[in-house]
Amino acid sequence: MIGGERHLLSMADLDRDDIEQLMSLTASFAEVGERSIPKVPALRGKTIAWLFYEDSTRTRLSFETAAKRLSADTMNFSVSSSSVNKGESLRDTVETITAMGVDGIVVRHRAAGAPSRVAEWVDASVINAGDGWHQHPTQSLLDLYTAREHLGDLDGKHVAIVGDIKHSRVARSNALAFATMGAQVTLVAPKTLLPTHFEGWPVNVTHNLDEVIDDLDICYLLRMQLERQADAVVPSLREFHTEFGLDVRRADRLGDALIMHPGPMNRGVEIAGEVADRPNAVITEQVANGVSVRMAVLFLLLGSGLDLVDGRRAAA
Amino acid sequence: MSPTIAITGAQLVDESGTREADVLIADGRIVDVGSGLAGDINVAANGQVVAPGFVDLHAHLREPGDEEAETIETGARGAALGGYTAVVAMPNTSPAIDSAAVVAQVIELAAAANLCDVHPSAAITIGRAGEQLAPMAELVRLGVRIFTDDGAGVQNERIMRSALEYAGSLSHLADGAPIVLAQHCEIESLSRGGLMHEGAWSSRLGMPGQPAEAEELMIMRDIALARLTGGRVHFQHVSTAGGVAMVRAAKEAGLPVSAEATTHHFTLDHSVCASFDSVFKVHPPLRTAVDIVAIKDGLADGTIDAIATDHAPHTSHAKDATFADAPPGMLGLETAFALANTELDLPLEEIVALMSWRPARIAGIDTRHGRPIAAGEPANLVVLDPEATWTVRGSAMASRSANTPYEGRELRGAVRHTIYNGELVVQEGTATR
Repeated sequence: MIGGERHLLSMADLDRDDIEQLMSLTASFAEVGERSIPKVPALRGKTIAWLFYEDSTRTRLSFETAAKRLSADTMNFSVSSSSVNKGESLRDTVETITAMGVDGIVVRHRAAGAPSRVAEWVDASVINAGDGWHQHPTQSLLDLYTAREHLGDLDGKHVAIVGDIKHSRVARSNALAFATMGAQVTLVAPKTLLPTHFEGWPVNVTHNLDEVIDDLDICYLLRMQLERQADAVVPSLREFHTEFGLDVRRADRLGDALIMHPGPMNRGVEIAGEVADRPNAVITEQVANGVSVRMAVLFLLLGSGLDLVDGRRAAA
Repeated sequence: MSPTIAITGAQLVDESGTREADVLIADGRIVDVGSGLAGDINVAANGQVVAPGFVDLHAHLREPGDEEAETIETGARGAALGGYTAVVAMPNTSPAIDSAAVVAQVIELAAAANLCDVHPSAAITIGRAGEQLAPMAELVRLGVRIFTDDGAGVQNERIMRSALEYAGSLSHLADGAPIVLAQHCEIESLSRGGLMHEGAWSSRLGMPGQPAEAEELMIMRDIALARLTGGRVHFQHVSTAGGVAMVRAAKEAGLPVSAEATTHHFTLDHSVCASFDSVFKVHPPLRTAVDIVAIKDGLADGTIDAIATDHAPHTSHAKDATFADAPPGMLGLETAFALANTELDLPLEEIVALMSWRPARIAGIDTRHGRPIAAGEPANLVVLDPEATWTVRGSAMASRSANTPYEGRELRGAVRHTIYNGELVVQEGTATR
């Protein structure tokens, strides 16, 4: 259970205590990952199904690695080679999978809310691995973990999330996640790349990256979809890079502030190629921490909560 | 000869006002209105209301093409249970109602069902593709009075102008009745891809939105085209405060426009989409609390002429999908009166006006529906219990589908009996055929 829920669907469902609990469990699992045999029997006998309706390499591999390190059995529902292409409905697909006996379903879908729909139909725990433009909670958790490793407590820290906010589940998730942990969040984008309404969002909004760049503790860049310029959203990727990209000049002004990105990066678009390799760019650390965070999520949702981890009882 | 029916002890509500009297029905007509009347069947209706049967300007009955979701028979039965004696069937069937053959098929199926009048509307353009005009004169000769590409608006201004001018030339084929172009107002280049209202909730939920302006711009355009052509434009399912204001201004300017609002657009706002439950997906989308107030004001001051249902059945397997993948639409026929009675702060007489004689005039069927309750008039009547409460259950509805957004909700106001052509098609809230 996380926050009293048997699913992980949105960062909106987690409060600060829930996140603190996940962070400390993540730290335990990070230690497991450093062992010569990085594997614990915590989810032995549990079965997790991957239901990925949208291409994903890194999230899928990260979940898969996390499940293996916890000794869970996994099954893969590969959409491209499955009954989905034969017109089967989402509900029928999900009920078919659960009929085989699964404890957890990890859902990635191009449609916002798909994991919420699946959660209504099954007894298994549902984990949102990214739904449309809506939420990507495990990405947020790994980002929080990575940021805290460098900055400690995030209270009062200033985070800018820069780029294509409108079409980004990472932006919606992270705005909530960082704000819940006490950080000040500023969204930076032209209006064409912003949601239309911000009532109730714990954020500031600006169209001018240079206005905030000197004041940041974290500069979080979003992937810019290369097809956006065809949609009249930005005149050109070159102009986007000039106005909203983290180029060398802006990166210098960041000082030691962290540079983060959910990947995959478009070097030369949202981030200058050279900047991505600077020591304060923690992009590969984010990937590494993703495995530990997903172990913590799977364990809390699917484990009994009393399994032995590293010889001691885990908080659950 | 069917048995005579006496309805006793009820308040009669029609355009002339409200009074208490008994009503005697024989051979499809009202034969007497007075006191102490008795028939072969006596319906005691003390404390209840007799009104002209309701008229729905906007129902999707799905036949031909999607009989798994609804048929003309099941839709007409649901209509009768909702107190309707006439419904206008939308033409977005498969094939679309854009030819004499399909119009004739719908009329034939409706006659066989014999539960209420079903008036097919027909598409403005062939296949509702927005390009070539449907054979309007031929279809008017078959009885069509309303043309619409509902599900989409006619995007091209030149085609819409032409349709208004041509339809405006056909009244002589319709005994002088106006031929109405009913428009689903939505500029698709602005709304395309939008799953819900563009606003605070679409932003938060990460769902593409349809701005209110996509509706408002087409209403604005068609008001201009009504002025240009003198054609009769009816605005379907007006959902925005801006749209209501523009229709009000057009009427004040004396332009020949009318408008309807659906029950869901004055009872539900976009916040319900936060559940991602596709039962709340509908076009035009559920809007804001401000829009709801504007629609209620429009209903109260006559800007909006009629309450419509936009009854849109979908199978559960079609709706058991993501919000993005599910088809838009919700059931309406069996809940409309109760929703209006529960949610609108209007006298019952006004609600009946919005559901009976005003839509009957727009549909050009006011010789049979929305009539005074008087001797000699056709017996198309509904008996209502405005105080009865009941709980909405999709599975209990006559519709072949169950996609009501009001599941479990308690409503006030029930249809007790519906009399169609002088026969009790609904008795004690149950369909008799």
